[in-house]
Amino acid sequence: MYDIKALYEAISPEDAVSLLTEHPEAIIIAGGSDVLIKIREGRLAGKELVSIYGLDELRGVTKEEDGTIRIGSLTSFSHIHRDPIVKKHIAVLSEAVNMVGSPQVRAIGTIGGNTCNGVTSADSASTLCALDAIVEILGPDGKRTVPLTEFYAGPGRVHLKHNEIQTAILIPKESYTGYKGCYIKYGMRNAMEIATTGCSVNVKLSQDKKTIRDIRIGYGVAAPVPIRARNAEEEIRGCSVCPETIEQCGEAVLKDVTPRDSWRAAKDFRLHLCSTLAKRALTEAIKRAGGEI
Amino acid sequence: MLIGKSLPRVDAYDKATGRTKYTDDLCGKDALIVKIMHAEITHGFVKSIDTSEAEKIPGVVKVVTCFDVPDLPFPTAGHPWSTDPSHQDIADRHLLTKHVRLYGDDIAAVIAEDEVSAMRGVRALKAEYEELPFVLDAREAMKEGAPVIHEEFPDNVLKHTSIRKGNYEEAIKEPGLVKVEGWYDTPTVQHCHIENHICYAYEENGRIVVVSSTQIPHIVRRVCGQALGVEWGKIRVIKPYIGGGFGNKQDVLYEPLCAYLTTQVGGRCVKIDNTREETFNNTRVRHAILSHIISWVRPDGTFAARKVEMFSNQGAYASHGHSIVAKGMGAFPQLYPCENVEADSYTVYTNRQTAGAMRSYGMAQAGFGVESHTDDICRKMGFDPIAFRKQNLMPVGYVDAFSKNELYADTFNQVMEKGMAYIDYERKRKEYANQTGDIRRGIGMAVLWYNTAVWPISLETAGCRMVLNQDGSVQVQVGDTEIGQGADTAFSQMTAETLGISFEKVHVVSCQDTDITPFGTGAYASRQTYVAGMAIRDCAEQLKEKILRKAYEYTRMQPYLCDIIDDNIVRVTDGRVLMSLASLAEHSVYDLDRSNHLTMEVTTQTKSNAYSFGCCFAEVEVDIPMCKVKLLNIINVHDCGRLINPALAEAQVHGGMSMGIGYALSEKMLYDPKSGRLLNNNLLDYKLSTFMDHPHLEAQFVENPEPTSAYGTKALGEPPVVPVAPAIRNAVLMATGVAFDELPMNPHNLFRRFREEGLI
Repeated sequence: MYDIKALYEAISPEDAVSLLTEHPEAIIIAGGSDVLIKIREGRLAGKELVSIYGLDELRGVTKEEDGTIRIGSLTSFSHIHRDPIVKKHIAVLSEAVNMVGSPQVRAIGTIGGNTCNGVTSADSASTLCALDAIVEILGPDGKRTVPLTEFYAGPGRVHLKHNEIQTAILIPKESYTGYKGCYIKYGMRNAMEIATTGCSVNVKLSQDKKTIRDIRIGYGVAAPVPIRARNAEEEIRGCSVCPETIEQCGEAVLKDVTPRDSWRAAKDFRLHLCSTLAKRALTEAIKRAGGEI
Repeated sequence: MLIGKSLPRVDAYDKATGRTKYTDDLCGKDALIVKIMHAEITHGFVKSIDTSEAEKIPGVVKVVTCFDVPDLPFPTAGHPWSTDPSHQDIADRHLLTKHVRLYGDDIAAVIAEDEVSAMRGVRALKAEYEELPFVLDAREAMKEGAPVIHEEFPDNVLKHTSIRKGNYEEAIKEPGLVKVEGWYDTPTVQHCHIENHICYAYEENGRIVVVSSTQIPHIVRRVCGQALGVEWGKIRVIKPYIGGGFGNKQDVLYEPLCAYLTTQVGGRCVKIDNTREETFNNTRVRHAILSHIISWVRPDGTFAARKVEMFSNQGAYASHGHSIVAKGMGAFPQLYPCENVEADSYTVYTNRQTAGAMRSYGMAQAGFGVESHTDDICRKMGFDPIAFRKQNLMPVGYVDAFSKNELYADTFNQVMEKGMAYIDYERKRKEYANQTGDIRRGIGMAVLWYNTAVWPISLETAGCRMVLNQDGSVQVQVGDTEIGQGADTAFSQMTAETLGISFEKVHVVSCQDTDITPFGTGAYASRQTYVAGMAIRDCAEQLKEKILRKAYEYTRMQPYLCDIIDDNIVRVTDGRVLMSLASLAEHSVYDLDRSNHLTMEVTTQTKSNAYSFGCCFAEVEVDIPMCKVKLLNIINVHDCGRLINPALAEAQVHGGMSMGIGYALSEKMLYDPKSGRLLNNNLLDYKLSTFMDHPHLEAQFVENPEPTSAYGTKALGEPPVVPVAPAIRNAVLMATGVAFDELPMNPHNLFRRFREEGLI
């Protein structure tokens, strides 16, 4: 039994925006895999909810004319995992979202919720950061877009006004064309897990597969919010495909990550993981891109 | 022959189709809901609780605080009661407590019309505390000046017992001995049964009825009586099907509070349905035990002297108390007999969660210490782990003076050989020697020792009732409970076997109701097939005799000339079928001259015990930079005597192995050192292993029928847990050369140790 004051069901994205405007205390609920837990814990007990879960127009993956991949914010993890467009162009995202919690959570949880709750451990977030994803937002004044890396405001917080909703995640064509990626989620067990650290690497190799033409590294739980390892990317971009580069990458990421000590994992252990995961994910991404290591 | 057949569980179809009714399914929808206020300090006193705001909340019916409940301390352990006061369990609990002894201790209860109102009521209560320092570690709690948790135990030591054999001090003076010493630590873990503890209670005709998810209904009745100061006969406890217990429900949990609260609202039905967080915080856990072992070993691989000290973290309340570590210590001089032994064990109160019974009852902890130490000896002295064990393990014919248990067969060699053959031990041990690189493999093993049932430490008694129906079928009732392990099916097979009737003609009454069910103390100590088996055999044989005497009236054949075979009365001298049992049963009931309802009821006391043995072999792959252990292969081999139902036995072993894998690699309850609060009281942060973390679980058996047992059986419920963690630990040791003396071998621990050893 959940302690809910009122539930308003939106009939369109615009209706959701006006319901939120009318109810300044209301919380947005989509799949509910985060919100219901907080209600049960008492943290959001007795609140008004605006449900957007019925808005099918925010569900599904499409490829737009300019090649941009549009993922509706209400698309579930299990849908994204199986989606042919995702599998063909951004297989690393299909891999990443399949590591969320359990089959049940993947069926109900949405990619919009995963990014809007602002947590650093979100399994989709590091990969989306590494894909230069863009967030599409609808508010009373219409639509706006913002890069995902700039969407995060702090732990558990995103740049979303009370009467705005996230409507889609966009992956521009140039972000995925020619790239191969690998996401490694590090947890204490192989399912039902929250990431201790997650690392997602995208690489684009030269024609002869001997040089790393571009690299993008995203992290979860390496900082208060999902981040990009920009220093390491700069250092590794243009390097040759060889074991020394892998080692160098493992060192370089330590300039970007700032994990903290918590009872879930010690800082020195997380630093060790950031380095180890970067090496492993880079090696695998290179292999997937046709390189030899 | 029905014994030894993998017949389908008698409850399989209903459980698989969701039709089986558990406690919550049976509770009326109009029941009042109880939510408990848990203290927000770890140690101290409640000075006051302001209930005024809570009482104003619509739907709140009544608030009961620690200042309102009777001052009747009661014990909770699911042990048979002892009429000898010195043997009785420690009575250190109240229904709600003013003296807070762990973070989240129960200090008040809100009774409301629904869950939301009850939760709002709890949030509106305001408690004032006087805080005291707390202690979480057993050895810290033993130190001078440590916070005193129970006034009756000023040094926090609930009990200290010893074993002395030969002369340890003299024996260690023998020249040429090698000393091997280790400290082996195990964490506090939780049972994690699927169904949280739940109970509801109401009054009926001046008596209190409690329906509970418990393993021990008759014990729950006694403790409710003691806690409320009510005559035991005025309490009726009903136990429906339950969703697992693993020992947590071999303790009296919230039933006494629930029984009390119904009396505070005019006998209306009240329900306490624990959350998962409460299951972790407020029910029971497995004792964290630290074992300090010293062995003095001769160059020929024999023991000159051995010593063990064990420190058992009891947590806040006594529950099963010292029995746990005492069982673990008891194994020490028996598994590897040695002339000179000193053993000491201490059970110590701390401000952690209350430790009680959990599958293996001290043996998972002792097994980790003893079998890790065995491999440490082998590594230090260059012995082969199998050869060393064969040389030193309890020999055939060994008899324990206290329990009179005997090793009748060459069990240890038989189980080890099966395990070695399955896992290809010799080849892999050679192949994995001297590895380098980031990823290394290893193979390890451990053996186990287990007593069946609790005699002669405690009473072993079981009641059984059988009623012959008019169609020749039989209802069976025992006080020993089905808790998911398949007891009802095993009991049906036993009944059918002894009575000579078909399996389908046996109807086990699964639900125990203390108003109706014969006395039995419940499911624990891996004793069901042994102790209840004795009563079933006893009852069935007497009922059969009664049936054959009745048959004489219709067949004129002497009872000793007849038997019941395949549901018929058969003259054994020539095998002629005289009449069907169904016909006899029908005639017997409706006989106009001599109507007889053919029933039998017995009380059968068991005054023996039986050794159960086995082993585990594990193969691992350790990814050193990733700080991960991957289990590649694992096998348990058990000798639990004769198998009643091989498929169920295998399932028991799978469950135990799974629990052992979690114990080895991932499970641990974590405490905030600043506040004393349990940090990971949920199934996300508490790393119970999932089937994604398991390889194929291989279970094999060696069947040496137990001579003292009614059906040749002995313990199997708990033993499978015991050897898993040390086998995995020894495999990791072989792979990496790093000894893990602290469980679990999770990535945090691997990172720390690999750093210490310079591997990363």
